[in-house]
This record gives sequence, C-alpha cells and structure tokens, in this order.
Amino acid sequence: MPTMNMIQALNDAHKVMMARDEDIVVFGEDIGYFGGVFRVTEGLQKQFGKTRVFDAPISEGGIVSMAVGMACYGLKPVIEIQFADYIYPGYDQIVSEVAKIRYRTAAEWTMPMVIRTPYGGGIFGGQTHSQSPESLFTHIAGLKVVIPSTPYDAKGLLIAAIEDPDPVLLFEPKRIYNGPFDGHHDRPVKPWSKHPASEVPEGHYTVPLGKASVVREGGDITILAYGTMVHVALAAAEEQSLDAEVIDLRTLVPLDLDTIEQSVKKTGRCLVVHEAPRTSGFGAELVALVQERCFYHLEAPVERVTGWDTPYPHAYEWAYFPGPKRMKKALEKVMAD
Amino acid sequence: MSNRDPSLRRNAPKLVLHVPEPAFRPGDTPDFSTLKVPPAGETPRPDTTVAAAETHPLTTALVRVLGEDNEAVGPWDPKLDPETLRKILKDMVTVRIFDDRMYRSQRQGKTSFYMKCTGEEAIAVAAQTALDREDMHFPTYRQQGLLVARGYPLTEMMNQIYSNKGDKLKGRQLPIMYSDRSHGFFSISGNLATQFPQAVGWAMAAAIKGDSRIAMGWVGDGATAEGDFHSAMTFAAVYNAPVILAVVNNQWAISSFSGIAGAERATFAQRAVGYGVAGLRVDGNDALAVYAAVKWAAERARSNGGPTLIEFFTYRAEGHSTSDDPSGYRPTNEAKLWPLGDPVERLKAHLLAIGEWDEERHAAMTAECDAAVRAAQKESEKLGILPEQGKDGIETMFDDVYAEVPWHIAEQREAALEEGRN
Repeated sequence: MPTMNMIQALNDAHKVMMARDEDIVVFGEDIGYFGGVFRVTEGLQKQFGKTRVFDAPISEGGIVSMAVGMACYGLKPVIEIQFADYIYPGYDQIVSEVAKIRYRTAAEWTMPMVIRTPYGGGIFGGQTHSQSPESLFTHIAGLKVVIPSTPYDAKGLLIAAIEDPDPVLLFEPKRIYNGPFDGHHDRPVKPWSKHPASEVPEGHYTVPLGKASVVREGGDITILAYGTMVHVALAAAEEQSLDAEVIDLRTLVPLDLDTIEQSVKKTGRCLVVHEAPRTSGFGAELVALVQERCFYHLEAPVERVTGWDTPYPHAYEWAYFPGPKRMKKALEKVMAD
Repeated sequence: MSNRDPSLRRNAPKLVLHVPEPAFRPGDTPDFSTLKVPPAGETPRPDTTVAAAETHPLTTALVRVLGEDNEAVGPWDPKLDPETLRKILKDMVTVRIFDDRMYRSQRQGKTSFYMKCTGEEAIAVAAQTALDREDMHFPTYRQQGLLVARGYPLTEMMNQIYSNKGDKLKGRQLPIMYSDRSHGFFSISGNLATQFPQAVGWAMAAAIKGDSRIAMGWVGDGATAEGDFHSAMTFAAVYNAPVILAVVNNQWAISSFSGIAGAERATFAQRAVGYGVAGLRVDGNDALAVYAAVKWAAERARSNGGPTLIEFFTYRAEGHSTSDDPSGYRPTNEAKLWPLGDPVERLKAHLLAIGEWDEERHAAMTAECDAAVRAAQKESEKLGILPEQGKDGIETMFDDVYAEVPWHIAEQREAALEEGRN
C-alpha cells in the first residue's frame, strides 16, 4: 500500500473522483497550472484539462459564488480557499446562499460542493495564515464541517464529502500536511511515513461523514479533539501516563455524539481541545452537549484547552498555540477532582 | 502633538466630505429638463461581434426605439411582429394588475409583504421575450415579469405570497421570493447582489459543458455597490462567460437615490468599460429597446462573444415595498413627471400608431387580464392566506436543511412538535 502525506492523499482523492465524475470542477487561487500553494491540486490541470481545473482571481466571494452558480447548473465544484483566514469575503455566499439554497427552494436546487481550506497555526503564519474559524461555520444550519487528522482520513473524508449531497467545508490542518505534530515545536519534525495512517489505499474508499474515531482507548478521561490537536492530545496522554481515551471527531457537523457519550459515561471525565479561540469556540458546544448527556456520570468539571481570545500573534506562535504545557495543566485539573 | 491637528496645516485648503443629495426632496417640484434623453433611433447599433470597447460609447448613450410619434425607429428597432408586441403588452398589463391586487391583499392583512414593479414592467417582460425559454435567470426582487412572460401560473405566485398550502416553498420564504427551476427562475435572495455572480457561475458551467443556453443576472442600482457586483464583472470578463448582466437603475434604493451608489460620477453601464466587457445603456421604459438590447447581448453571448452589462434606465414609480412610504424622501409627483414615460402606455401607443390595436381591444384585453388575476387569487385563497398558516405541518420546518435530517435537528423537531401539542 502506498505511503502518502496528507497533501498527496488529498491530491489522490481529487484524481480518483475526477476520473469517476465528469461533473467535478476544481478551481481556486493558484490551483491550476501551479497546483496550489500547498500542492494539493498538483497535476490535476494536466490530467483533467483547463476547463475542469483552473486558476481563479483573488476573490473568495467570487470563487464561492461561481461554485453556487455551477452547482445550480448541475456541476459539482470542489473549490479551494487558499487559507481559511481568507474565507471571510466568501462568508455571505456560504452562509446566505450555499447553506440555505436547499431549504429555501424546498430542495428544487441543492448545493453539492466541497469548500477545501487549509487552517490552523503552528507554521509561523501570523494572524492571517493561522486562524481556525470552524465555529463560524458549525453555527450555520445547512453546512457540514469536516476536519481530517491523518492522510488516510483526509482522502476518505474528501471522497465522502464530494459524494455527499450537501455542502461540506473541509478544513485541512496545514501544520500536519507533511507530518504529525505533537505540539513539541522544539523537537525534529516527523514525516508521515512513520505513521500507520500514512498507508493510503489506492482508488476509491470513503471515511463516512458524521463518524468520530476513537484513536486511543482508555478508561480515565475522554479527550475530544480534531485536526492537529488530535496528535497533541495523544502525545499529552502518553506524557502524563494517563489511561486517556482520545476521540478524533473528524466531523463537527453532524457530530457523532453517540461515540462521545459512550466514552464520557465510561471515563467520567472530559477534556475538550481545539486551536481556535476559546469564547464561542466549538468546544463550548461540546462541553454543553457533554454536560447535557453525561452530567450524572461526570466526576469533574469538563475543561477546555484552546487558543487564547486574541488574534494569532506572529512572534508569540508558541505562547499562543495550545501545546503540551496547556494540555498538562488541564489534564491535571480534570484528573485532580 | 498629533500630526492630525488641523492647526499645523492651516495654509492648506480644508477638506470637505461630499455626501450626495438628490436634486429634489418632498415639497420640491421636480424638473427633469437637465436629464439628457436622446431622441429615439439616434444611438448606433454595432454588430454583435464587435470588440467590447466599440460598445463603450453606448454606455453613456441611451438605446431608444419608440419615438415621440410612437413609431419604432432606428437601427435598434427589433421589428417585432404585432402578435409578439401584443403579447408583451398583455404580460405587462398582467404584471401591473397582479401587483395592484397583491398590494391590496397585503393591505387587507392577507400577507406580510409585497413589492411592486410599477413603471418597470417592460424590463423583465421584454427581456424574457428576447431570450429562449431554456435560458436561466438569476433575478432580484422586481422581476416578476420574467415569470409572467414565461407563463408561470399566477396562482403559484400567489400561493407563495400567501405562504399557503399550495406554496411549493413550504412557507419558508418572504413573499415574492419566488423560485422555479422549470421556468428557469432562480430562488430570490434577500441578501442583495448575491445572485449576480451566481449567474456568471451558471454561465461558466454552461460553457464548460459546451451547452448552448446562456444566463442572465439581475441587480438593482443600489446593490451594484456590493462586492458581488465586482466579482460578477471580474469573473465574467476573465472567463468570457456567456452571460447578460442587467442593472435595473430605477433611481431609488429604498430611500437612497442612485447617487449614493455612485451615479453622480458615471452611468452604471460605464462600469463595463473598466472590466473590458460590452456595455449598453437602455431606455428601460421602452419595451422595444429592452427587447433589442437583450437580443443583441444574447446573440453575442451565444456566439462566444462574451458578457454584456446592460443598464436599464427607469424609474421606481411606487414605494420600495409595502413597508415603505416614499413621500418621506422624494416628491410625490416625481413618477408622473419622469421624462421617459410609462412603459405600458408607450407600448400601447405604439400598437395604436401602427394600426395594430384599438381602445376597444385594449379595454377587452385589460378586462381579460384582470379576470385572470382575480380568478387566480380566488383559487389561491382557497388554499389559505398567511394569517392562517404556521400551525399545521410544523415538522416540515426541519426538512431540507440537509438531504437527510441529522440527529440534532431530529431532536429539535420532536421538541417543536411537543411544544405545538401543549
């Protein structure tokens, strides 16, 4: 089985699906001839031609609205927003149009499309290349929000997203495009090739949307994470020698609450982690759901490990990023009670 | 001390902020004598294959066909047969009667909201007549004439306005936010200008697939200020999209005159120049000019000549909506004094002038349209009016958010149904 990093896996998902479905079109800034600033669309234009894979003007509002018009026509756009930090000019089209067209037309028109966008910090991208805006989209009825944490999942989730009848936002954790990151920025970078989930099958397969993955089983505490933070959480569990169960949510909407509920009822403790700022982050929703469903099983208050409520500060990358120290402190707190 | 302190630069002229103000406010007597209205037939008609730049002198002109003597003149005369002219007239009259009936319905409390297009009927009706039945519209909220001209049942329109049992949109949309795929009429959005670039996306898709259908996007003068206008023009130009982009300049965006959207500086059609897109400025109250311009742009788009921006110059004769009272911001007699006249009267006068119409036939046709609207209303009201709605079928509120109802919405549906029972 071939070994792939997350970029290669996403690229392969495009190739598999574009060969199967002639209605798929791919466009975005720099994604055509050049293959994208992160190389996810490399070779697609050469293989599938310029009318199916092409560069778009620097206009995220335009890119999303073109996708809306194309989906109305019957195409299946898979578009790239170069950085999640750039998605805001397209926000009106995503929130007012993409998310609502099925509803407001009583399903006469639907919006099967995928909006891919690299997100998250840990790359010294400063405040305009590091944000995690997922909760601005999980709040919007009509959208599905998906975040992979491994090459295997990235390919399977992207294929599932393309095949889904509804609009899907795929937030790609760019810090782990080339290798898993445990939060220890001072240690050498590990490549994906040493990780079992870098074994990516050829051809078509899916990782179903709406299904979380228990990536580490344990009995003492449940850690809910997604994206880069899955790897940070796994490392923290090892370092603290905790019998922690780590759940990779993979899809935020619709959420796999059953898996969460089962785990928290078993462990009685829960820590929620994400890179995004704390206030009104997706973690707040997770904490609320856990206390609604598992209150009488909880032995300690549910804690959150998050980014700070500030813009993402360039030089203070590692003071901002929710790394091992913040994880350790929170885990100790939840376990202490 | 701050370098913003004006006293430090006391020899420099004081800067002045310009806030545009319309020429006339309530109490003033409108005088449109300075408005440049070129005589009908004067504006040249370039071949549809010309370079976009060759159309740019037309962005400050005004394509007009119907002259003072009500004859069709000049190179833009589409030379329509009398039957087509009578059909356009009938559709326009239907729209006007429909608007009056539905406005009254709102005032009677049968629905929450309505928007008339009085004075602008020629634009949607004649534009649609110039397009093929299969072409796709991305309309804004004053193009009910598109549906009427395509023969969409009036009862369906009213069902939507009443959000009643026959409303195919299941009571989810504000009145007049129609949607009908089989009539090539995309769902209207209250977020203005969103549809303008979507039309370009649809047209690009048609080009990707080697289709022969084209798209037409619609926007008002006010909403041209949105970023989506720029997106639409940029993408249309870049990909030479087979699309017609129409700006209906009816002078008013609720209470803001067109100057607030930039009309003091340039015509809306002139915006085509900077994008390198073909542009036309058209008398929107002249059904023949509207028809001819759209036909021109359609022919150009269909032969891979690319997009055209058309400004339809018109006047919003009534309020923005049933929630608006224009007497608070403009003279009440402005519509009557508008120099481009009434589109229905102008087309009627033309048919009379060419001997293809008479007052008797006009009265009979008007009565026929009136009867059709009343019959549709009676039919629709059998299915209910808005105040009776919203009680049955609460569960449908949760359909179509996604293809399948996810667990969290299913839970909320149960809660809503329980709330409804108690």
